[in-house]
This record gives sequence, C-alpha cells and structure tokens, in this order.
Amino acid sequence: MPPPGLIVREASLTFGDRPLFRALQARFDAGSWTCLLGRSGSGKSSLLRMIASLRLPDNHHLELETSDGAPLKGRLAWMAQHDLLVPWHRVIGNVMLSAHWRGRPTAQDRQRAERLLAQVGLTDKTNRWPDELSGGQRQRVALARTLFEDASIVLMDEPFSAVDAITRLELHDLASRLLDGRTVIMVTHDPLEALRLADRILILQGEPARLVSMPVPEGRRPRPLDSSELSHRQAELVAELREMTHG
Amino acid sequence: MAEPRVWKRWVRPLLALAVLVAIWQLVLTLTGVPRYILPSPAAVASALIEQRELLARHAAVTAIEIVAGLIGGILLGLTTALALARFRALRRTLLPLLLISQAIPLFALAPILMLWLGYGLGPKILMAMVIIYFPVASTGYDGLRQTPQGWLDLARTFGLSRRQQLLKVQLPAALPSLASGLRMAASAAPIGAVIGEWVGSSQGLGYLMLNANARLQIDLMFAALVVLVIFAVLLYFGVDAALRAAMPWQQDRMTPDQ
Repeated sequence: MPPPGLIVREASLTFGDRPLFRALQARFDAGSWTCLLGRSGSGKSSLLRMIASLRLPDNHHLELETSDGAPLKGRLAWMAQHDLLVPWHRVIGNVMLSAHWRGRPTAQDRQRAERLLAQVGLTDKTNRWPDELSGGQRQRVALARTLFEDASIVLMDEPFSAVDAITRLELHDLASRLLDGRTVIMVTHDPLEALRLADRILILQGEPARLVSMPVPEGRRPRPLDSSELSHRQAELVAELREMTHG
Repeated sequence: MAEPRVWKRWVRPLLALAVLVAIWQLVLTLTGVPRYILPSPAAVASALIEQRELLARHAAVTAIEIVAGLIGGILLGLTTALALARFRALRRTLLPLLLISQAIPLFALAPILMLWLGYGLGPKILMAMVIIYFPVASTGYDGLRQTPQGWLDLARTFGLSRRQQLLKVQLPAALPSLASGLRMAASAAPIGAVIGEWVGSSQGLGYLMLNANARLQIDLMFAALVVLVIFAVLLYFGVDAALRAAMPWQQDRMTPDQ
C-alpha cells in the first residue's frame, strides 16, 4: 500500500497568553521526507506531537487529513530524541516492544525483529540489555523499533540530536535507506541534517509563526557532505533561522 | 572472581557478628551486670539449644502470621496502587484517607483488632498487613505515577488501551520504586506480628518473650529475640532475591561488555 500524504489545517497553539502559531496550513506529500526547523520554543516539536495526537499541556487545535482519506490510526510510528528503550526488555524485546505491549510476540514478530536488527547492524546485540549499549547503538535499536511498526508515516522529534557528530552522520545514512518510501516528518535543530535528508525543508518563523519553505540541494538523499551546494544552502538556512530573532 | 564474593557475602558479616558477640561478653565481664539483666552469649546459646522445641513451636506460629501478613499486605497494597493510578475519582477520595490513616499509632490499633477478631491468628495477620500495606501502596502508586512521558507517548502511538498501558508500561516502570517499598515491608512485617502477640495471645514468639520475662527466664527471652532477628534477616534476603529475579536487567548492569 502506498504511503498517504498528510494535510494539516487550522493548526494553532497557545503557550500561556502567547500564540505560537495560528491557522497554520501544511501539506506533507506522500512518500516524501520533510524536515521541520525553527528556533527553540518555536513550537515545532509541539506541532509534531499534535500531528501524532500526543498529550500537550498547552491550548492547541489541529485538523488533520490523509491524502487517501483513510484514518491515520495504526499507520503512524513515533521516534523521539531519547531512545525510549525500556530497561526491562532485552534489545530484541525492545525492537518488538509494540508486540510485547499489545500481548505476546509471535514467532513471526521475533523473526521480523531479528531481520530489523540485522539491518541496523546489531545482530550481535540481540540478547543484550539496553544498558549495555552505547548511545549510538541504542538509537539504532530505537530506529529498528520504529521500523517494526511498519508504519507508512513516521514522525521523528530530533531523533539524532543526542549522539555524537560522526554517529549522527552514520545514522543519517541508515535512516535514509531504511525509511525510504515512507512519509517522514522530522523535527531537527541541525540545518546540516535537514539539508542531507530532506525532500523539503519547512521553517517555523515569526510570531505567531508561519511555515516558510526553503530550497533543498539537488541529488538523492542522504546527500554527501562535500557538495558545494550543501554548504551554500547551509549558510542560507542558518541566515534564515537567525533572521527570526532580528527581523 | 568467586573468592572475593564469598568473602564479601558471608565471611565479613559473620566476622562482624562475632565481634558483636565478643563485645557483649566483654561488657558482661567488665561490668558484672547480673544475669537477669543481661544473660551471657553462652547462656542464650544453650537456651536456644535446650528449648529448641518450645522455640520452634512458637516460631512456627509467628512465621505463619508474618508470611500471611506479608502476602496479604503486598496484594492489597499493590491493588490499591493500581486502582489509584487508574481511577481519578478514587485518587480524590482515597488518597487523603490513606494519609490520615498513617497518623493512627499502630499500638493503639492492636487492642481494637483484638477486641473485634479475638485472640487467634487473625488480628496478628491483620496487624502485619496494616503495617505493610502503606509502604507498598504509596511506593507503588508513586512509581506508577512517575512513568516517563516518553514511554506513555510510545504506548499511545502503539494504540494501547488504558489497561494495557497500566499493566505493560506503568507497572514494570514502577518496579524499582515498588521494590524499595517491598524491602521496607519485609523488615516491618515481623514488627506487626509481634505487636499483635504482645497485646494478647497464647502463642507465638512475642507471647513467649512476655512469658519468659515474667518468669525471669531472660536467657529464653533473648533466645526468642535471636529467632525473631533470624526471621527478619531471612525475610529481607528472600524478598531481595525475589526482586532481583523480577528485575534481571538490574543485575547485568554491573557487567557491561564494553
């Protein structure tokens, strides 16, 4: 089944008395990777949580539509900044966490989880406890857990921000390959990350904020670091992000 | 690897015990305290051996009270914690009541329970339950309530029901907090049972101690106390071992492979 696109309408969020954004519109094309940028406190993570219909303390409203008209329920996977591995399951159990939590994992669940662990290169850690892994390895397990959902829409909230720079670049390659063909919305702080991975870059800008679309470099993702267009676009993007506080 | 562990686990505590007994004997020799105030370690040991049948009979009764109280108190406390976490209305009504109940001194409760339930095992088991109930309920509820939001987010995107979320996410997340409550409960359980026996009973170690005291059999009184201490220690280690088995990930933390 092809992944659906997402249409967001009338998104509004108020933080205390301060409206962060109001009547926001956005389209996320089917099978595309969108990166959502903005300064801290711009409400980008909140917007993502609203799309995932997760709990938010502040006043918020959002109308959500899928391009194929079918409900979103069960077609969505969530990946957060923290790996969210539970200490009471081994690595393999964390990959098939949803099967554990919904009931009892089947032999097929287990096989699928093992395949995913192989894809993220952690076959030798299958029966380890999460505590025994490094930060990068844990985030790879989190990626495998996200893939286990086999969801056509994947929402990621700064998924690679807690690991070191080199590990982050490796995770980009892995995630880009494994999430290909899904509709991905990723919140990030890192302009470089957005330029490597995104088909489309949106910036939450202004007060109340609007969504501004920024050009992305040519070429297939993940784009190589050494391209001159990438560094050119990065300077542009950083300038645009700084604009918000001065303009 | 094995030798230092044996040393740590058994030899050191036994050595500490031996030092304590030596100090006890030293105090006796130096001060000349009369035997009916403080019996010698040797006298207590011989009372333990000579009166072993009497001690065993009363110890069995106390053991039943403690274990039954422990199981009942844990089950009731855990049920309360789960119900409080699940139902908001219950939190509003039951939580203040629970806190107020902690202001009632346990000793004052014992004669009332005796009046209502008679002199048998019932009131002692209930006393042990009451003393265990609160730490289990409160640490359990705290643990359930403090489940990290990230795990609840995941549960939500997985589409779990409230019941699944409570049992599959919040309960395991509460285990470390609950474990401290259970360890407290294990060391408090004998207190409840013995208080119950002191207030009114015809058997049990508490009864034996009062009885021996009245007859100036101080060595027997100390022997009963030693049995009670052994109970408390065994119970603590038993609960601790059970908790370790329930949380295997906390052991392996000590031996990371990198």
